[in-house]
Amino acid sequence: MESSEEHRHIVGYGQLAVVLALLLALTGVTVAVSYIDLGFLNVPAALTIATLKAALVLLFFMHLRYEGPIIRYGFITTVMFLAIMIGFTFWDVAFR
Amino acid sequence: MTTAQSYLEHSSPPGRRGWKAWLLTHDHKRLGLMYLWAILFWFVLAVLLGLLMRTELMGAGRTIMGAETYSSMFTLHGVIMIFFFGIPAIPAIFGNFFLPIQLGADDVFFPRLNLLSWYLFMFGGGFAIFSLFFGDGFPDTGWTFYVPFSISSAGNVSLTVTAAFILGMSSMLTGLNFVTTFHRLRHKGMGLMKIPLFTWSLYATAWVQILATPVIAITFVLVVLERLLAIGLFEPDRGGDPLLYQHLFWMYSHPAVYIIILPAMGVISEIIPVFSRKAIFGYKGIVYSSLAIAIAGSLVWAHHMYTSGMSDVSVFVFSLLTFLVAVPSAVKVFSWVSTMYRGSIAMSPPFFLSLCFIYLFTVGGLTGLVLGAAGTDIHVHDTHFVVAHFHFVMLGGTGFAFFAALHYWWPKMFGVLYRNRPAYVGAVAAAVGFVFHFVPMLILGMQGMPRRYYDYLPQYETGNFLAGFGAYLLVFGLLLMLLNLVLSLRGRRTAPANPWGGTTLEWTVPSPPPVENFTATPEIKDFPYDFSEIVANSKK
Amino acid sequence: MMASTSDTTGIRIGMWIFLYSEIILFGGLFVLYAVYLYEYSELFAQGGKELNRIIGSLNTVVLLASSCTVAASITAIQRGKKGQAMACLAVSIFCGLVFVVNKYFEWGAKIHHDIYPNSATLQDGEPGLNIFFGLYYVITGLHGLHVIIGMVLLTTSLVLVHRGRITASRYAVLENSGLYWHLVDLIWIFVFPLFYLVL
Repeated sequence: MESSEEHRHIVGYGQLAVVLALLLALTGVTVAVSYIDLGFLNVPAALTIATLKAALVLLFFMHLRYEGPIIRYGFITTVMFLAIMIGFTFWDVAFR
Repeated sequence: MTTAQSYLEHSSPPGRRGWKAWLLTHDHKRLGLMYLWAILFWFVLAVLLGLLMRTELMGAGRTIMGAETYSSMFTLHGVIMIFFFGIPAIPAIFGNFFLPIQLGADDVFFPRLNLLSWYLFMFGGGFAIFSLFFGDGFPDTGWTFYVPFSISSAGNVSLTVTAAFILGMSSMLTGLNFVTTFHRLRHKGMGLMKIPLFTWSLYATAWVQILATPVIAITFVLVVLERLLAIGLFEPDRGGDPLLYQHLFWMYSHPAVYIIILPAMGVISEIIPVFSRKAIFGYKGIVYSSLAIAIAGSLVWAHHMYTSGMSDVSVFVFSLLTFLVAVPSAVKVFSWVSTMYRGSIAMSPPFFLSLCFIYLFTVGGLTGLVLGAAGTDIHVHDTHFVVAHFHFVMLGGTGFAFFAALHYWWPKMFGVLYRNRPAYVGAVAAAVGFVFHFVPMLILGMQGMPRRYYDYLPQYETGNFLAGFGAYLLVFGLLLMLLNLVLSLRGRRTAPANPWGGTTLEWTVPSPPPVENFTATPEIKDFPYDFSEIVANSKK
Repeated sequence: MMASTSDTTGIRIGMWIFLYSEIILFGGLFVLYAVYLYEYSELFAQGGKELNRIIGSLNTVVLLASSCTVAASITAIQRGKKGQAMACLAVSIFCGLVFVVNKYFEWGAKIHHDIYPNSATLQDGEPGLNIFFGLYYVITGLHGLHVIIGMVLLTTSLVLVHRGRITASRYAVLENSGLYWHLVDLIWIFVFPLFYLVL
């Protein structure tokens, strides 16, 4: 606990560049997909790509891959709470 | 450092004197005391506001105030009791003071952030006072700030919700501090199942504070924006849905109920075993039920909205989920009662107040089932029944637990003993007054008397008179207990390190504790509620 | 940032917890967005077409790049390369500035076309459009505020790196500012498709 700086994983420049390239590619994909009408899949498609991008930022730029269980489970709890906030509101909205 | 130096005499960081030693302190114990005085001020103020309302209602017709004043009164009473007393009281005072000690740490993880939380609390309070005397007058919306009235009301709603926003930040940062402290500063020898139950309950609460508070923050931001810019996000003729405001509001404010009650349950879990001289029954059950309440409490918000025009499916689902919360709450009540069974009971003011808690909280919980069931709720919705129900939980529960905590930890915090007799008299008066106050309100509610009116039909007069009588007795009891405690500071009957025979770490250090909490490495027991040593010593 | 302790993991835990609360803060607005998208899906699509996709895409690229350079600045400081770290931070701050300037022109153009909260066009138009643009202003406004706060944090870090207060052995402030900046990016990753690309 008192260790001033435990050995930390260093993410190399090359790896960061690859992640950025992937993020930019996914941005291109999401813009391209938006021109195609997928019917009711429009929103899920856009959100899936956004989630992929978010995952890349979280795992590599924010080092979530290398963090301990507290930060990881805390994050999962947050996302679940957000899902409940939106999902449970639809018990009302979707059945009016 | 060889001799223990009391935190009251030595500042942290060292060398600060006078007001600086308090206002710039990093010491979690001093911050706890600073919260104590600020919160007591708000509590007494709101109690007196409540008494004025009850006085108005003692006779039919206008007694001492009119409709508008009454509306402002219940708004202020609600806002203060929820945001300035209920939510911060136990975590900010006793949590700040005892969480680090119970974990074997010398302070919270972010001491300066802790000081910032206190300043935010005071700043929010200043803002609230400011909003009363400047601008367009008292807010009159009730503490719920429902749209569309909160957007069109002439009262000074914007400033009041801003004050609540700031208090929310304070509460959220306290939660952040507790979680980090819990994980990073806990004594190395203290495994998860060796942590005192009060600290466990604060940990569960802290997560609710962290995750639910931002929802009310953004909701209040939207209220202010609507008042300033008229966006129309909640206005039906502009495409908005006013029910969504209620969803957002209760997404926080229902979990907030658990922010208020969970630490209170933690206090009771500390006190019951100590005065039963017996290990707590179902330690793990209590730990898991705290976490379960925190989780389940976040799933049930819409049970405040059965009559608001939600879909029937939603009413059904939220009603079902609401009943789930009863399970972990009942686990706790049964554990407390089982702990006392065949224990060696030593009566004392904190224990007596804890017994009051169990009784009143149980009534609150059971009346909650009446409201949680959609069918019966429609009959009593927005009546005095609801008001009585949440006072059983909030005042009968958290309020009595707050006083129990005060009486339990006062000797440790200040190093002085108080007189028992006035404490008992006050506690009995408060409990009897409470029953006289709120049982008639349950009946009035079932008879159909709506809440939030300064006047009523003649047939409700007897009940309201009784409730008013109970209110005076209740307030007498509460103030007597506070007075007795404050006077003990003059009496200077010094308290020993362990006046009650407690087993958690705060009782192993001198009263009042030294600045750095522990002068020697604390010894962590395998089980925090092991009374074998205490019992053996008392038999000698 | 507020702790004098050397336990950097603890400091990061504190920062992450703060970020969780930020996520939920925006989450409240996304609840509104989800419900109104469900109620007014066609009008939301119509509103989305009125937003400038090119500026939106450009801002996405700018933010993603700045996020990458912030991450790179941490790599640099971990390796003890002060100059590289400062350069990376400067690029990030510049990207933030580009984003804010773009946003300024974007909002300005909309306001010029009489589209802003309580404007006559929105008042008299379809209610769904009023909600779409209402949410657009609230969410991008709150996000813009976070961009500005993030720039302040990054600038502070830059100054501290320059003064040698952030070093290879002690960089919690930089790390936490970086986390905040990534959060701003994270929110935008969702705002962009939800407003500019709804279909």
